[in-house]
Amino acid sequence: MNPAAEFLRQSAEKSADLDHRKIIRWNIGHYDTAVAKGRTRYADWEAARERCAAIKHEAVDNMDRLLLEFEQKILARGGHVFWAENAQEARQYIRDLVVERGVKRIVKSKSMVTEEIHLNTALENLGCDVVETDLGEYIVQLRNEPPYHIVTPAMHLTRTQIADLFREKLDGVSSDDPNELVNAARCKLRAAFFAADMGISGANFLVADAGLVAISTNEGNARLSTALPKIHVVVTGIEKVIPRLRDLGVLWPVLASVGTGQPITTYSTLIGGPKTADEIDGPEEFHVVLLDNGRSELLADLEQRDALRCIRCGACLNACPVYKNIGGHTYKTTYQGPIGSVLTPHLRGHDFDHLSYASSLCGNCTSVCPVKIDLHHHLLQNRRNSVEADQRPWNERLAFRFWRWMMMSATRFSAFSKLGKTGLRVAKKLGIDPLTPWTTYRAAPAIPQKSFREIWKKGNGHV
Amino acid sequence: MLPRIALFIPCFVDQLCPQVGVDMARVLRNIGCEICFPDDQTCCGQPAFNSGYWDDARAVARRFLRVFDKAECVVGPSGSCVTMVRKFYPDLLGSLEGDGLQTVGKAEPKLGAASAAAELGHVLSKFYEFSEFLTNVARVDDLGASFPHRVTFHDSCHALRELGIKQGPRRLLEKVKGLELVEMPHAEECCGFGGTFALKYGMISAAMGETKSENARSTGAEFVTSIDPSCLMHLEGVLRKKQSPVKTIHLATILASDSNSAGAQP
Repeated sequence: MNPAAEFLRQSAEKSADLDHRKIIRWNIGHYDTAVAKGRTRYADWEAARERCAAIKHEAVDNMDRLLLEFEQKILARGGHVFWAENAQEARQYIRDLVVERGVKRIVKSKSMVTEEIHLNTALENLGCDVVETDLGEYIVQLRNEPPYHIVTPAMHLTRTQIADLFREKLDGVSSDDPNELVNAARCKLRAAFFAADMGISGANFLVADAGLVAISTNEGNARLSTALPKIHVVVTGIEKVIPRLRDLGVLWPVLASVGTGQPITTYSTLIGGPKTADEIDGPEEFHVVLLDNGRSELLADLEQRDALRCIRCGACLNACPVYKNIGGHTYKTTYQGPIGSVLTPHLRGHDFDHLSYASSLCGNCTSVCPVKIDLHHHLLQNRRNSVEADQRPWNERLAFRFWRWMMMSATRFSAFSKLGKTGLRVAKKLGIDPLTPWTTYRAAPAIPQKSFREIWKKGNGHV
Repeated sequence: MLPRIALFIPCFVDQLCPQVGVDMARVLRNIGCEICFPDDQTCCGQPAFNSGYWDDARAVARRFLRVFDKAECVVGPSGSCVTMVRKFYPDLLGSLEGDGLQTVGKAEPKLGAASAAAELGHVLSKFYEFSEFLTNVARVDDLGASFPHRVTFHDSCHALRELGIKQGPRRLLEKVKGLELVEMPHAEECCGFGGTFALKYGMISAAMGETKSENARSTGAEFVTSIDPSCLMHLEGVLRKKQSPVKTIHLATILASDSNSAGAQP
């Protein structure tokens, strides 16, 4: 089944799943409360958004220069930088590293870019033991599932489901007490941290002027993943670069505020290279893999390049009424929700155009985006691109050609509307329902006898 | 001095809910406006624009502007259709070089891009959503209407987020005699209509409609009202399918209700 047909089927199934609807609404309800409270810490929230948007705008417009500046600083400290044009190149670089260094055990702190390049499977195929160390990621890894959400990967699960999972997969779990569950995971993860030969992380920001990788976590797992193993590999998209260290002064708190409602994420880490002679811990080797994978093409698109400002905070997912109903897995993309629907056709082609149509264009995503990406307008532009690239079905193209011909004349519009309404009345008498796409989910509308223009004409302008 | 108003009756209002147009016309006339109905109008072009068929939408949009070329002030009963004209026409008509503004019903073909955009902006600024016209141009809030019912207001997405309409319709409702206005939870969340989205992804649209319906019902309201008849058409279908006691009604119909008609057939 093609991705569009599969999406149509699964989205309908998930939307009708009332348990799912309840879990997501409950979780996002808590998120909404926390974020609303978080915003009150700002004297001027809109000004903070403006500032973040301006910083990321500058970063996107100067991406080439800033990335080179970042690279130079990393190289000067003895780190390695690899420019990967696509997923295959990125995977190959890391696989080569694993083979050459004889790596067997790998810990990962949360990284959506490694999901994008399907890194775990590639490393497991080499015989490596790969452990996700973000608790949510660890849970979905145990379930052999992709993350449900870019920030909260296990948002779709209840505590009971997690307890059942842990009972099956881990030792020493007897209740669904959150502390006990967290402890069970912690025991496993601690052992993995100490045994690992390689740590793989993502990056929230790449700071150009300081040559530093900024990573935020709430569990401290990035610190352990990057400081304990001998080798640290950062895998990140090129759009993560920002101009200056001081930009974090606003980006860090804003990211936390819209991501979870926190004033700042619990652990904010800056890493710039391998362990130096006077340091007692840290990796001996430090690699940064800068992934393009279609981003440069989006950068060349002046109309939509602002989508590269995204800081992966997840706010647009939580704000999206479609996401709330169909859930993260239905998208079958690395990045879900509005930003995923905007980006994926650019990164993976027209097979994902349908995502831009699966939106009521309500615009709530745009109104919450902390870097002011014009998300719902990009969905409209993606739709236009899809039509221009001749990707739409023939019957839809024909329908709009007819629609245009009809709407170019008030006489034709009135005549065909009348014909249509008469047709509906006749069909109703015959017991036929030609409106099933509408009436499957809604009662049929009452069809009035007269149109407004008929009423107006009859009353001679008096209605 | 109130401007002379040309009524913008969106295509589906004309054909499927003409009463909304009638009630809007009555309210405008009652406050002393002179009104006319340019009967050559058809559609603003939104269905094609939203579906990605910008060339088809552009032809219809240009025609739409020609129809209202002479009008001093245009008022329509749909936040979404007015959004299409005021907010999306610049994207649609000003987006392609040499194929945009120069041909928009205006004689001067030599305008530079910036002045052409300004010219278009000026043309578009005479289009108003109905409640917006009442509160911002006519500056009235008490229409002398009477509607003794418990009512909740649904913020439609385009009106709220594109046109910035939030308090105006509520002020109008608060002045209606006997009307008790109650806020529903998540009043700003989309009802799920979304034009062709409602047909392409019927189940997602219905799920969103069900959530909205439950939120409306939780207030104990008899009516859910809005300034977008398309949202109401979808919600009405969902409510009736679910056999909910909540009914839908357009703001114009409430404002056109006097003490004689109140409680009768809204």
